[in-house]
Amino acid sequence: MGQAIYNILVFPGLFFLILFGWAAEFIDRKIYARGQKRVGPPWYQPVADFIKLAAKEDIVPEEASATSFKLMPLIAMASAVTAFFYIPLWTTEALFSFYGDIIVVMYLLTIPTLTFFLGGWYSRSLYSTIGAMRTLTQLFAYEVPLFVVILASALLANTWSLSEITKFYALHPHLWIFNLLGFGIGIIALLGKLEKGPFDIPEAETEIVAGSFTEYGGRLLAFFRLTLDIEVIVGASLLAAVFLPFGLNLTPAIGFVIYIIKVLFIVILLAVLRTILARFRIDQMLDFCWRYLAPLAFIQILINLLVKGLLLR
Amino acid sequence: MKGPGRMLQLILESILKKPSTVSYPKFKEAPLKSLRGAIAFIPENCIGCKICMKDCPAGAIIITKIGEKVFQAEIDLSKCIYCAQCVDSCPKKALEYTTQFELAALDKNKLKVTTSGKLQTTTQNETPKSE
Amino acid sequence: MPKKVRIPVGPQHPALKEPVSFSLELSGERILEATIRLGYNHRGIEKACEERSYIQDLYLLERICGICSHSHSTCFVQAVEEIAKLEVPKRGLYIRTLIAELERVHSHLLWLGVAGHEIGFDTLLMFTWNDREIVMDLLAETTGNRVNYGINSIGGVRRDITDEQIKKIMKAMDTLEERTKYYIKIATEETTIIQRLSGVGVLSHDDAVKLGAVGPTARASSVDRDVRRDDPYAAYGEIKFKVITDNHNDVYGRTIVRVLELMESYNIIRQLLQNIPAGPIAVKAPRKIPAGEALSRYEAPRGEDVHYVKSNGTENPERVKVRAPTLANIQAVAHMLKDRYLADMPIIIAAIDPCFSCTDRAITVKDLGQKSEGLMQWGDLRKYSIEWYKGKGIDFSNLKKI
Repeated sequence: MGQAIYNILVFPGLFFLILFGWAAEFIDRKIYARGQKRVGPPWYQPVADFIKLAAKEDIVPEEASATSFKLMPLIAMASAVTAFFYIPLWTTEALFSFYGDIIVVMYLLTIPTLTFFLGGWYSRSLYSTIGAMRTLTQLFAYEVPLFVVILASALLANTWSLSEITKFYALHPHLWIFNLLGFGIGIIALLGKLEKGPFDIPEAETEIVAGSFTEYGGRLLAFFRLTLDIEVIVGASLLAAVFLPFGLNLTPAIGFVIYIIKVLFIVILLAVLRTILARFRIDQMLDFCWRYLAPLAFIQILINLLVKGLLLR
Repeated sequence: MKGPGRMLQLILESILKKPSTVSYPKFKEAPLKSLRGAIAFIPENCIGCKICMKDCPAGAIIITKIGEKVFQAEIDLSKCIYCAQCVDSCPKKALEYTTQFELAALDKNKLKVTTSGKLQTTTQNETPKSE
Repeated sequence: MPKKVRIPVGPQHPALKEPVSFSLELSGERILEATIRLGYNHRGIEKACEERSYIQDLYLLERICGICSHSHSTCFVQAVEEIAKLEVPKRGLYIRTLIAELERVHSHLLWLGVAGHEIGFDTLLMFTWNDREIVMDLLAETTGNRVNYGINSIGGVRRDITDEQIKKIMKAMDTLEERTKYYIKIATEETTIIQRLSGVGVLSHDDAVKLGAVGPTARASSVDRDVRRDDPYAAYGEIKFKVITDNHNDVYGRTIVRVLELMESYNIIRQLLQNIPAGPIAVKAPRKIPAGEALSRYEAPRGEDVHYVKSNGTENPERVKVRAPTLANIQAVAHMLKDRYLADMPIIIAAIDPCFSCTDRAITVKDLGQKSEGLMQWGDLRKYSIEWYKGKGIDFSNLKKI
């Protein structure tokens, strides 16, 4: 019992996630800045931002429904953290696992996006409402390709459990190469999920101020931002577990280092992508996701079916 | 060739290179010599014609007579627009521009700089310049 | 059919650098109608000019705009020189033109960055502004300030240019030309940029003429107009250059026009520096300008700038009238916004390179049926405004009297 609480709250749970999330945010911002020839923030900037926001007064709009408005950041964070426990990190064994947890993780990762929508919707502000609508529209665009490519990987492993998937790839160490297309699609979909880079449409500053978060401030905004930081880690860990399953059977210390490198690699990839691309328009984003991303994801399924039929007989 | 991500190469290069910006208070670039900064008053040259007062677009300079052929200039740097027209207008070169540009202050009154000439009877009557 | 919503953009909004109010009627993401309200930035500059001397006005008018400050001061100075019949020395004119072109370079680079920012491509913003620093440094070195150069004086310019500076500018032009070629490459190859710019904010040739668009906005709709060529002022009569036009009619076309104009500007600057004549830089101007009136035109980076000056033989002008280029272009914006996506709003507004504080002038619309002169004393105006705010539920009557 004590061990479980330690795992949930400290390592590899909440505390580790928050620290790693801040570190990832710093790396993301630093790379973004250096790519633009700027000096960039100092290493403590994410922490300083959090403290500054947390020290400020919470302001709830008069017309917003106060309970839902205040509850949303907490729900978002709780679900993002919960999803993390089902993802195998540096061993083939996740903290908790059961048959079918892959579906649970995917849905837990959808909840933060839904809370962004509901938070914006309950704010009753015009910009928030438009941001909320965009969040939801965008969700429908990237969610299908993301689901399909992760399921394609699961299909190859013939299981519905994330831990089982990593075990399978540990046994067949070269099969992950066939999933590279899926990995690319996953990265692009993750950009949409995290509302970053070319897909920061729901919070496009020059159009709708801050989208869903326009009315948020103080501690509530601090929690939303922390959720986004945590989501980066959870999303990257998920992609790393599903698509980059190597270095899992080593000693925990080396495995841990490899895991950190894998996540940071994905974080850096996301940062570079958001540096080199201009923001899409919402219709272009939908178009792109349904016309290119979704068919490519189905091709991934096809590849995996062929591999399964020909190589794993 | 058209395609997305055309700036990739430049960005990867600049990640490795030194950034263009500097952290300001820690590192400073020397101001250019031609920069029109704060205006300085040279009381010995002043003849009290007050053309500078007349020409100043912002009304930032006030010349007062404090003794026989001795003048005092009160330059309000918070009003000054740093055009240096007074320097051009002055017939006796009693005003000149410096390259001092870091003039932010929390108190507006600190930006009022009074420079006065030496009175023959008393000793120097110069108020300290603000930072 | 989704419900219509009216969304305010401004007076304070991250897409806008200055206060102006757009009221957009939306159906989903589509803009059905756009209404523009100017007037948040009225500073009373024209009236203030009448109470100041010509020398003071020079600096006041320079501060109409922070970006094209040289345009306004040159435009004013040209009008005054015409009234006073002053013959500006050649070298003075060349330096004036040089600063004007450097200003155009800095303004267009600034615009390119802003356009990048508005479509969510901050990387382009950072790179162009980094290159813009080269021009800013040149301007600071030749004139003494980064903005509001204060180089003009009535009858010439205030600072001469040294051979060393000429060499430096020539060198910088090579660097900038190379960088601009890179931006042209990016603008014509990067798909995400092209997708956000082409087909957005379409202004056909006929509409551009009808709505009186000027500058790059008009030239991107293949309206072949440029004051520098059509009515040469300063040293432009002796310089060879092309007027860039484009037939894309959209924001993409405006981008192309601006980047190609950058290349032309480098060409003009090189010609100026190679042919700059020796001699004095200014003639002495009288303090009292003889009575008369003049209209002066100037091709600012954003389009045609017009100043009208009337003098009455005293040290102060009797009337100064300014028409900034944005005022001519603003009508086109409402037209271009119609039936576009909300996401295109920032870039459509930014594409005319708006400068709202330059634009704001008081206009009195007189009701012909009423006989009142529309003149109000300070006290009446104060009373009126208190009553007006009371109607909005705000009571100011207890405020301390000024």
